[in-house]
Amino acid sequence: MRTIRFILQKEFLQIFRNKSMLRIILVIPIVQLLVLSNAANYEIKNLAIDVVDHDHSAWSQRLVNKLTASGYFKIYRHSFDRKAAFEDLELDKADIVLMIPPHFERDLVRENEATLQLLVNAINGSKAGLANGYANSIIRDFNQGIRTEWLAMDKHSGPAVIDVTYSNWFNVRLDYKVFMVPGILVALVTMIAAFLSGMNIVKEKEIGTIEQLNVTPIRKHHFILGKLIPFWIVALFELAFGLLIGKLVFSLPIGGSLWLIFLFAAVYLWVMLGMGLLISTFTETQQQAMFIAWFFVIIFLLMSGLFTPVENMPQWAQTLTWFNPIAYFVKVIRMVLLKGSDWGNIQSYLLIMLAYALVMNGVAILNYRKTS
Amino acid sequence: MQPIVTNALTKKFGSFIATNAITFEVKQGEIFGFLGANGAGKTTAMRMLCGLLRPSSGTAKVAGYDVYTQADKVKQNIGYMSQRFSLYEDLKVKENIRFYGGIYGLRNGEIKEKTERLLQKLGMEAEADQLVSALPLGWKQKLAFSVAILHDPSIVFLDEPTGGVDPVTRRQFWDLIYEAANRGVTVFVTTHYMDEAEYCDRVSIMVDGRIQALDTPRQLKAQFGAESMDDVFLQLARGK
Repeated sequence: MRTIRFILQKEFLQIFRNKSMLRIILVIPIVQLLVLSNAANYEIKNLAIDVVDHDHSAWSQRLVNKLTASGYFKIYRHSFDRKAAFEDLELDKADIVLMIPPHFERDLVRENEATLQLLVNAINGSKAGLANGYANSIIRDFNQGIRTEWLAMDKHSGPAVIDVTYSNWFNVRLDYKVFMVPGILVALVTMIAAFLSGMNIVKEKEIGTIEQLNVTPIRKHHFILGKLIPFWIVALFELAFGLLIGKLVFSLPIGGSLWLIFLFAAVYLWVMLGMGLLISTFTETQQQAMFIAWFFVIIFLLMSGLFTPVENMPQWAQTLTWFNPIAYFVKVIRMVLLKGSDWGNIQSYLLIMLAYALVMNGVAILNYRKTS
Repeated sequence: MQPIVTNALTKKFGSFIATNAITFEVKQGEIFGFLGANGAGKTTAMRMLCGLLRPSSGTAKVAGYDVYTQADKVKQNIGYMSQRFSLYEDLKVKENIRFYGGIYGLRNGEIKEKTERLLQKLGMEAEADQLVSALPLGWKQKLAFSVAILHDPSIVFLDEPTGGVDPVTRRQFWDLIYEAANRGVTVFVTTHYMDEAEYCDRVSIMVDGRIQALDTPRQLKAQFGAESMDDVFLQLARGK
């Protein structure tokens, strides 16, 4: 125990004396949370819309107003000119074009029916889908407004319409940041644990001090614990720090128990620390360690459901997430923070993480040798 | 009991024999020079004696402990200073001493007392709170040596300890070695400086993984009819 204490003391001295390390610990979480949470946002606002209005009636104007008032659309060009609108689509200046035909108002009144055309720039499929969806629901709403108010028709006469109302559970206002911040916190602590731990051990190889340590009576587990515990503590501190920023800046809801999150993180971090340790056992330079850790972390992150829902992945990729530690933590932190899940909901995930941590560290320790 | 006893100690890397059945003994309190050209197998032999490398065959006992089965005991009883600088540059002088003292199991009081004595002996009291990276190389080496024997080992292994150090500092370094030897510490040292070989009580010269000569510098010079250790070394190294 005493040996570990001396190693910990040395590690903390080195961490806190290293200016770039302090920056990594304090600045990166703030930047990541503030920038990424705002940038990784799938809700699309301010879609550029071109309105080609051949009718220029009071009603067509009202429709346009309704579109812009929604906040989803911003008029890029409002004209009679189809060609100009097509050009805008081609030049990527407009995301969507609404064509209002001549006699739109007249047809609506006389024939009780009118046609509109939407042209959607579908280079970015999900954006196009959203633009289309927003526009459709606004037009449907407009239509209903007309039927009740202007034509003095009963809502329920005419073709039957199934009216769907939404109620968003766990994230009432569909605030994307609230969804992203917990996931980004996971990415953050993962990087601390997986990169810094491995690089720190390999650094001793690089500067040659590992040889000096290897001729001392330090035991393998002393050395490993002494090396990993500091980054475990730093990562847990980062998590607390990040949650605080999330709470202050994004009013992140904390539905469940913070203890549960820290308990899960404490176990999860050992998986990542074990990975860093394992990588350090077969690399000789910090660059090698960094690149290998990066390779795994990026794959784990992209397949974790942090940015794209796991349910959208092909079956084989969904199966792989069973082996992806990041996927578990992303899921659990969202469950606990947003849904207020409790011990019963996450205990099976915690057990899986525990097993994963034991296996990862076991392999790493077997692979780590003081004697060659 | 002799501090170092080896018998036919061999290390093979694949088909390459780095150290070929070397047999020798080192006496208590002796300064034993371990010479050889680059690649002659010195470092390999030394790493086996320190418990860093597992021998392929042969036996070796260091401080009375078997290097195969009692590597931990060996490590507790030896000091080691490698040619690559072994202190932490980003720790202060005092912090380095405390760290190495601590992992050898010295008590806090001992660490404090030894730190004071060590700094006083090296004349480095004023630098106690400086980062090691700020010290000149010669000072670092002297400090590294003093830290290597902080836990009072019975044997200290020095792997080219004076590489790149100026002659004056080298001389001071050897004063530290003599002082340690006078206290009964056995010193096992590799070097490329032949004047340093003259300071040793006995010298072995390795050529291609074998010990080709082992005696006092005076005897070796007589045996090879040489003026200096330089001549002895060149005759052996060229004669292969």
